[in-house]
Amino acid sequence: MKQLVILSGKGGTGKTSIAAAFAHLLSLDGVPLRAVFADADVDASNLELVLAPRIIIREAFRGGLYAEINWEICTGCGLCKEVCRFDAINARSMPKFHQQMSHHYPESGMSGVQIQNLPLVDPIACDGCAACYYQCPEGAITMQDQIVGEWCRSESRYGPLFHAVLHPAQENSGKLVTLVKQQARLLAMDENYDLVLVDGPPGIGCPVIAAASGADVALVVAEPTAAGVHDLQRVLETTNHFNIQTLVCINKADIYSAGATGIKSYCEDRGIQVVGKIPFDLAVTEAMVHGQPVTLYAPGSPSSKALLEVWGKVEAILHIEGKQ
Amino acid sequence: MLIAIASGKGGTGKTAVATALACALARTGLSVACLDCDVEAPNAHIFIQPDLVHRKPVEMLIPHVDANLCTGCGECAKVCQFHAVVVLGGKTLVFPELCHGCGSCTLVCPEGAIKEVPRVMGILEGGLSPDGINFGRGVLNVGEPMAVPVIAQLKKWRDLMDAEMVILDSPPGASCPVVESIRGANFVLMVTEPTPFGLHDLRQAYDLTRELDITAGVIINRDGIGNSDVEGYCREVGLPVLLRIPLEREIGEGLAQGKTLLEIHPEYEVTFRNLYTQIAEKIAQSAVIDGVQ
Repeated sequence: MKQLVILSGKGGTGKTSIAAAFAHLLSLDGVPLRAVFADADVDASNLELVLAPRIIIREAFRGGLYAEINWEICTGCGLCKEVCRFDAINARSMPKFHQQMSHHYPESGMSGVQIQNLPLVDPIACDGCAACYYQCPEGAITMQDQIVGEWCRSESRYGPLFHAVLHPAQENSGKLVTLVKQQARLLAMDENYDLVLVDGPPGIGCPVIAAASGADVALVVAEPTAAGVHDLQRVLETTNHFNIQTLVCINKADIYSAGATGIKSYCEDRGIQVVGKIPFDLAVTEAMVHGQPVTLYAPGSPSSKALLEVWGKVEAILHIEGKQ
Repeated sequence: MLIAIASGKGGTGKTAVATALACALARTGLSVACLDCDVEAPNAHIFIQPDLVHRKPVEMLIPHVDANLCTGCGECAKVCQFHAVVVLGGKTLVFPELCHGCGSCTLVCPEGAIKEVPRVMGILEGGLSPDGINFGRGVLNVGEPMAVPVIAQLKKWRDLMDAEMVILDSPPGASCPVVESIRGANFVLMVTEPTPFGLHDLRQAYDLTRELDITAGVIINRDGIGNSDVEGYCREVGLPVLLRIPLEREIGEGLAQGKTLLEIHPEYEVTFRNLYTQIAEKIAQSAVIDGVQ
């Protein structure tokens, strides 16, 4: 079993459209590949919009501990605020919260000023480090966990898809990515799939590292723009840092030919293979609107032809057993 | 006033909008700061062209264990929520990349065997642009997982947040780096494209702004592609569409070369000034509503 991850430093370069096209193309081969798909972009999980899966398992994802202060016990000593390094305790005014409390607390006999001075935890700012929990001399703080997202196993027309949604403003997207990938890998190993195809998030930080770990090959989708070239360099440094074999394909290659040439020479200098150029093609957006991979929706389009070629090269480099 | 430019989906044109807005406002004579909070893939400098003369490393305090004092009691490992401190065979090991720098282990060590040492995880860079924009950006080091501390320190750096107008270019998505970026903003401008992906991710971003209780508006970029579902959604939830930027080869090519929207189409200077007027009105309206409540 091989693992391919699709990455890009810059967002919106076409990772998901390419992943969906690959899902379609690998099912077409003379000997179709059996693949499991994992959408590792839990902030913007779009692969399901194209693969149109039927959800068969849906599980809550718990995480994101936050501190809660019991005011019956709290003496207001302020130590929690002192040890918090995330400005999560009374750091910013939370007027709406205080307003609610002053409605809720008149029966406590506390004055408005006392209520204002109660330590309040902003659960969004709270990092869940529990430093306050361990330092509170009164034991007035508890750590609460919460449901911060959900992950799904679905059946798509091209094979099983694992995907997830992180609720807005939540942390731990790296952990959720790891979970989604683990589930995909377990199924692939148990049922002898040939490939795990991971559609990665943009950037180079924690969710990207989680998406890329364990990959045999990373395909980086680059855009030949000034910003795209800058971000490409950062993502290539990242895959190099983690020792992952990396290929590059240039999407929307014709919007700025000087940029495309720049990417080619940058990659050649570093011995990184460029496996193809995909032209800017409105058929890609039309296919997305129709919820289909572009290679299925418009097989004769310039982008589909280029994608077929890119997939052929990627597949050869993956060296999937029984396929060579 | 702090305006954050965000989007669920990547590559919708956040940086193009942020830099055009910053340039248009700087030309009116306001003091303008622009912060590039997309520390994983920072690009605003390409358009704003600041002279990056100021630099400061981003450091996080991580534990350093004095082996002579450590008894291997394991209290530090017990309190660490991130598995960054582990005791193995009586020896305390620290995994710097996992550490969130909370200081909890140092506080609980009964022997005083832990002291905190700075670890560099990125850099802040800043300076003035030819338009007079006070620019700052954070750059996360390659291989570092945590973007949030870099963003948090950027927002406290130098006098950036003191400008009359602060324009903040957020990373894509809807999780912790975005939260850290847009926290404290008076307005979030969400840039999207009229496609199914754009709509799906706009919903995520909008939910986030509601969670944080920040007034928001939408810019539809590459108007003309896709379908009208984004418009329909905005109408349905009452999100104002403040500007539409058409899909145009000239714009695409110009941005690719690192030109601002104002350089590509000089008439956009007025467009973006008007955009700002609309934003100021929306902020004023929501302040009135808050006051009534």
